[in-house]
Order: sequence, then C-alpha cells, then structure tokens
Amino acid sequence: MENILSVKGIKKSFGGVHALKGVDLEIKKGETHCLAGENGCGKSTIIKIISGFYKPDEGTVEVEGKDYPVMTPTDAIRAGIQVIYQDFSIFPNLTVIENLAFNQVLATGKKMVNKKEFRKIAEDAIAKINFDVDLNALVETLPVADKQLIAISRALLDNAKLIIMDEPTTALTKKEVRRLFEIIEDLKKNGITILFVSHKLDEVFEISDSITILRNGENVISCSTSEMTEEKFAFYMTGRNFDNKELVENKKTEHGEVVLETVNLSAEGYENISFKLHKGEILGITGQLGSGRTELSLSLFGLNKPTSGKIIIEGNKVNIKDVTTAEKLGIALVPEDRLTEGLFLSQSIIRNITVTRMDALSNKIGILNSKDVVRESAKWVEELGVATKNHEFPVGTLSGGNQQKVVLARWLANNPKVLILNGPTVGVDIGAKYDIHKLLRKLASEGMAIIVVSDDTAEVVATCDSAIVMHGGHVKGILENEDLNEAKLAEAAV
Amino acid sequence: MKRIRKIDDNVFRLIIILITFLLIAGITKGGTFMKPSIFQTMGKQLAEYGLMSIGCGICMISGGIDLSCVYIANLCGIIAGLSMQKSGSSIIVAILISLLVGAACGAFNGFLVSYLRIPAMLATLGSYQLFQGISVVLSGGSSVSGIPDTYTSLGTLTIIGIPFAFIMFLLVVLIMTFIMSKTTFGTKVYLVGTNAKCAIFAGIKNNTIIIKTYMLSGLIAAVAGLLSLARINSAKADFGTSYTMQCILIAVLGGVNPNGGFGSIPGIAIAVLILQMLSSYLNTFPDISNYYRDLIWGVALIGVLIINFVINKKKTARLAKMS
Repeated sequence: MENILSVKGIKKSFGGVHALKGVDLEIKKGETHCLAGENGCGKSTIIKIISGFYKPDEGTVEVEGKDYPVMTPTDAIRAGIQVIYQDFSIFPNLTVIENLAFNQVLATGKKMVNKKEFRKIAEDAIAKINFDVDLNALVETLPVADKQLIAISRALLDNAKLIIMDEPTTALTKKEVRRLFEIIEDLKKNGITILFVSHKLDEVFEISDSITILRNGENVISCSTSEMTEEKFAFYMTGRNFDNKELVENKKTEHGEVVLETVNLSAEGYENISFKLHKGEILGITGQLGSGRTELSLSLFGLNKPTSGKIIIEGNKVNIKDVTTAEKLGIALVPEDRLTEGLFLSQSIIRNITVTRMDALSNKIGILNSKDVVRESAKWVEELGVATKNHEFPVGTLSGGNQQKVVLARWLANNPKVLILNGPTVGVDIGAKYDIHKLLRKLASEGMAIIVVSDDTAEVVATCDSAIVMHGGHVKGILENEDLNEAKLAEAAV
Repeated sequence: MKRIRKIDDNVFRLIIILITFLLIAGITKGGTFMKPSIFQTMGKQLAEYGLMSIGCGICMISGGIDLSCVYIANLCGIIAGLSMQKSGSSIIVAILISLLVGAACGAFNGFLVSYLRIPAMLATLGSYQLFQGISVVLSGGSSVSGIPDTYTSLGTLTIIGIPFAFIMFLLVVLIMTFIMSKTTFGTKVYLVGTNAKCAIFAGIKNNTIIIKTYMLSGLIAAVAGLLSLARINSAKADFGTSYTMQCILIAVLGGVNPNGGFGSIPGIAIAVLILQMLSSYLNTFPDISNYYRDLIWGVALIGVLIINFVINKKKTARLAKMS
C-alpha cells in the first residue's frame, strides 16, 4: 500500500535544544498509526512540522508522493492534513452551527451569512460521524467529548485525508473513549488515515494498526501493532524495565487503626458517603467524571462544605472549614489540575516546595530564615529525585513528572497523616508514574494513610489496597483484595 | 559573576541605566545639572509619587492595582490639616489619625477586591471617587491651609543636606523591601499574585493577604499625603491627580509584572530616581516645551514594555535550555 505521509530525516532545534535528531515517519494510506513516546520525546514537534507550523532544519516531508520543501499551514490543509489539538481550537462562545460552518464560508469567500445554508453544512458535517448534538447549543456549554467531535466534524468538512489526533483521550471518560474509537473505525472504513498520538498503552494496542515510538527526538522502533507487546512498549518508550508485580505484592490487607472516617457525608456533588481509612492503607476513590469523586476529596480538604454528615479524625468529630484547618489536622491534598491548582508555574521550585512550610521556617513575627528555606527545598529535591539543575528555576521549566514531584514534596514536607492525591499521575510519563506509585507504597508502609482519587483503573488496581467506586454522587461499590481488578472496576463504574 | 547574580537581573539593569543616565547628564549639562540644590529639589519632589508607586506596586504584585492612592493621600492630607487647625497643639495626634484613615481606606479597597471579588481596577476606580467625594465634603471644595509652622518646617527640613521627605521615602523603601523579600507575608503576596487558585490549595488565606496588601498601600499613601501637606503648606481634594498614571508607569518601569507575581521594591525605587532625573534633566532645556513631556513619558512606557517582553522571552528560552 502506498504511503499517505512520508517524513524522512527531520531535524529541528530550538536554541541549543535538539528536539528532533533525524526522525522518520511513514504512514500508509487508510491505516491508524500510533505515534508514542514520553513527554518531551518530540511528538508535538513532529506534528507541528507535518502541519506546517514549524519549519524543519533538515529533512523532507512528502504527502501522497508530493514533496513539500517548504510546508505552510495552508499547504497542509490543502493536502488534506488536519490536526485535532488537545484544546480543539474551537470558538467556545459560538454555537455548534457557527463553529462548523465558518471555515467553509470563509474558504468560499462569501460576504453574506445565510442561516439556512449554515445549518445545512453543520447537519451534513455531524451526519458524517453519526454524531448527535444540539446544533444551536453554545460550544462552551458542551462536554469535552462533544467539543472534540465537533473538531473532528470540522476537519472532515475540510476534506481531511489524514487526521492527526494529539492525545485525544486525555480528558475523556471511558465511555467517551469508546465512542471516539468507534468513530475512528468508521473514518478508517471511509479511507481516512489517522495518526493517533498517545502514550496510553491499552488505547494504543486497541486502536492502532502500526506504531512508531520516539525517545529523546529519535526513532526507537516502527512496526505493526501485532508485533508489539506491552512490556516491549514500555521499554521502548522509556529505556527502562518496569515491574508492577512488586507494587502489587507489597499490598497489605491488615492495617492500623482508623485515621479518617466519614459518616453519611453529603455535600454538593455527592450524597451519603461513609468510609473508613486506616493507618498505612491506600484507598482508591474512582468513578467517571461527575461521579462526585473530586467533590468528596475537596470536602476533606476544606474546599467543599459538607451539608450533612460527619468527618471523624482519630476519633474526634471535626469541622474542616478551610485549607488551614485541614493542614492543622494533618490532611494534605495534591489537586487534580497541576497547572492551575497545583503549581505557581512562574515561581521558583524553592517557593513552590516551601509554601506550606513558611510558618515553620520563620520566626514569631513572620521573618523567614532564608537559609532554612533553601535547605528544606534542597532536601526534598534530593529526596524525591526532582530532575533540575537549580531549584531557583521556575517550576514551569520542569517536565510533568518532575512538576508532580514538586507538588508532592510540598505536602510531604508538612508530614501529613492523610495524603489525598487527585489524579496523581495525569500527564506524567511512564517512568515518573512508576516512581510516584512506588513512593506512595513506601509512604503507606511507613504509616501514612493515602487516598488516591483517579479514573485510571490500571492505576487504582496497581496501587490501592481497596477502592470505592462512585457513580452520580453515590457509592456504587467497595472492592478489596482479589476483587480489586480492572474488570470489576469497569463493571461497577457504569 | 555569581555575586552580581545575587541582585535581581532587572534591578541590575536599572542601576546601569541610572548610572549611564547620570554620566550623560553630567557630560552634557555638567554645570547646571550636577548641583546639590538640583538634587535636593529632586529628593523633595520624588518622595510623594515615589511612595505611591510603591503602594501601587505591591498591589500590582498581588495581582491587582491601586488607582486610588492619590486620593487616599489627599484625603489623609486634608484630615491631618483639619485636625491640626482645630486642635492646634497635637500634631502627633493629627498624624496618627491620618495614618489610620489611610490604612482604613486601603483595607476597604482590599475588602472590595477580596471578599466581594470586584476586579481591582474597578474597585479602586470606584473607591477613588468615594475618597475624593469625602475629601471635597470635608474641605468644602477649597484647599485646607493654616497649617502650624512647626509641621510645615518638615517640608524644608534637611538632615546633612538630605531633604526630610527623601529620608522618609528611603525609610519606606527599606521597610517594604524587607517585608516583601524576607517575610512570609511578602512571599505570600507574590504567590497570590502568581496564581490565586493555587494559593488557596496551598493553604494561603488569600483574602487576608489581599486586605493587608491594600492596607499597606493605603498607609504608604497616607505618608505621601502628610509629606505633601508639609511641602506645599496645604491640602486639596484634587491635588496631584496626574500622579495615578505616573505611579503605574513607574511600577512597570521598575519591573513589576502587570499580571502579578513579580517585581521588586528596589526596582521601583530606582525607577523613581530615573524618572525624576529624566524630568529634571529635561527642565534644564528651556527649548523643550512641557507639551512634549507626555510624549516622552509615553515613549518611555511603551519602550519599557517592549524591552521587558523581549527580555522575558529570552530568559524563558535560556531556562528551558538549561533544564
């Protein structure tokens, strides 16, 4: 079969950084090709070169046998290449119809707007992928998954031959991922080629026909999916071998006394939740987006006021009215969205780590001991293995995994009794994910009680001793021991 | 090099600009410019708006802005003046009342911005009308004069040749530098200004920090108001209205990020010196009409914004490369 896209020997540097050191990528017509690799391996850069956003320093790009010495974004669109970015590049304050019809109208150069025609274009577009949506709805009011489908519909309107999807499943629930995969299969039947960019193992194996893996801006392997195994995949991506067995074997069924207990706790987002968390236990709280898992975790941290029920810590009923109170009670929370809730991105790593320790690192009238501040930060950088040359650099210069370690360090510095992690490894590459899971197990064995809030079932199975499955604000089931496996979790979540 | 790096890059750059400027002024206008009397005048003139720039600057670092500082200063000047007229003897009491009013005005701004979540620009735009209104009512719209001589003598007082007002400015610069760089409060102001949501998750009491920040700004404005009362021997509700924009200009020139989270007090202080010198230097050219002044300010502000943009871009690239 002929190649729709053939990219050879692409090199690209930014300043002194070699993002791509001679990458090849061959995609056959009509296949679903997966481009995989850890954060920072050059996946995004190669996409931007294919779509004409960056100019390569060296190398060639061929689309359907035609060589493009200088590819511009317009060339790429004309050649039928469409990229669905993570943020979908759609107008949130316009309706679905307007979002879909705009490009078409712009392309034909019409000056007048005809509502009927708009509607027709939009209806045709969503019909192509059997997508049912209120065309008059404002896009910002729609769920993420629908926004993505709008972006895909729009790409089809522009006669896309190759659709590049950049980490398309990151913000989707299991069910939505299913729907997306069905649509990808349909597109494939209609002869459209997909380049699926992801680092999620199970998805890659399910959807793709062939795989290209990049590491540090170089090709590691290109092969058909049938020749690949899960172990090899993780190894090719990271250059390291991982063994989840060790994690699973270290699970415990016997725990210490109860540290945290909720009794019929209700608040906005969930109702009537009762559970017990023991010393040294890792408890998973899982469920789909909107199941109330995040709201529940926020209540334990003083950010979502309970309307009824009790929170009991070490036998005493407590009223967690704000974060400061939670902190005093020994509760720590690593928030869901690292970039907007977890980190002061433009501030130094020092400030990010020591923010919760400021009172301890200062005297009575609030004057900081700068030597102690630096020492404390250096200690945690060392202890958690945060990869940085200088902890005075802004935390935004770190990779996702190292950023997450900084957020963890901030809360571990406070020596909490209960550590709550909401999506502890979202946007973190395999290596760092493994490190974080190992760290959690170690902390638990030292007696810390840990709650992992996550929709990543593999993560819950690998790390947690038991798990609460939530749905629509209620507990759907509690799984422990051998019952805690991916199949049972998926079953309980629906 | 390691030692120099201890100083903020931006402050270092400003010091270079200041020295370069002094050299140019010294060479081109040596005789008329490099005189102690010119520097004394500068010291007196810059203190008031210099102080307000610092107040406005810390509010900008916290992610907001204070457009009302000039009016807080006027209100405090009027209140001090009126109480000095009435009670005559107790100048100290008048000063204390005035400082208290300044802090209260600032706290009010902080309340609007934090608890009521009104955007700082709107909140302080609204409160400046309010403060100005109170000033007009209290003063009956005319200037408050008849200030005791003991107090106004502060306006002409010099200590080893340095004007009293300038000493006050330096004192506030020192105190604020310490507060912003060495205390938990100062660090929290920077963090709240960088990302307010993240600050909540990190256990910072944002509302308290914001109220304290605006309160400090109000307090500093009160000091400025008291100094101007001593210098011009009167206070008026609409005095120095052009200072508002100048304060913002100076804060940005001094390296304060208008989006919050960055900026240093020494940076602002040096920016004050640079602007005052530029202004005094231009005065030594009788041919350059005052009409050109706004034009020159405008060019300076836009120029600084562009330079900051370019430098930040380079810095980000450099850090990305190193890590």
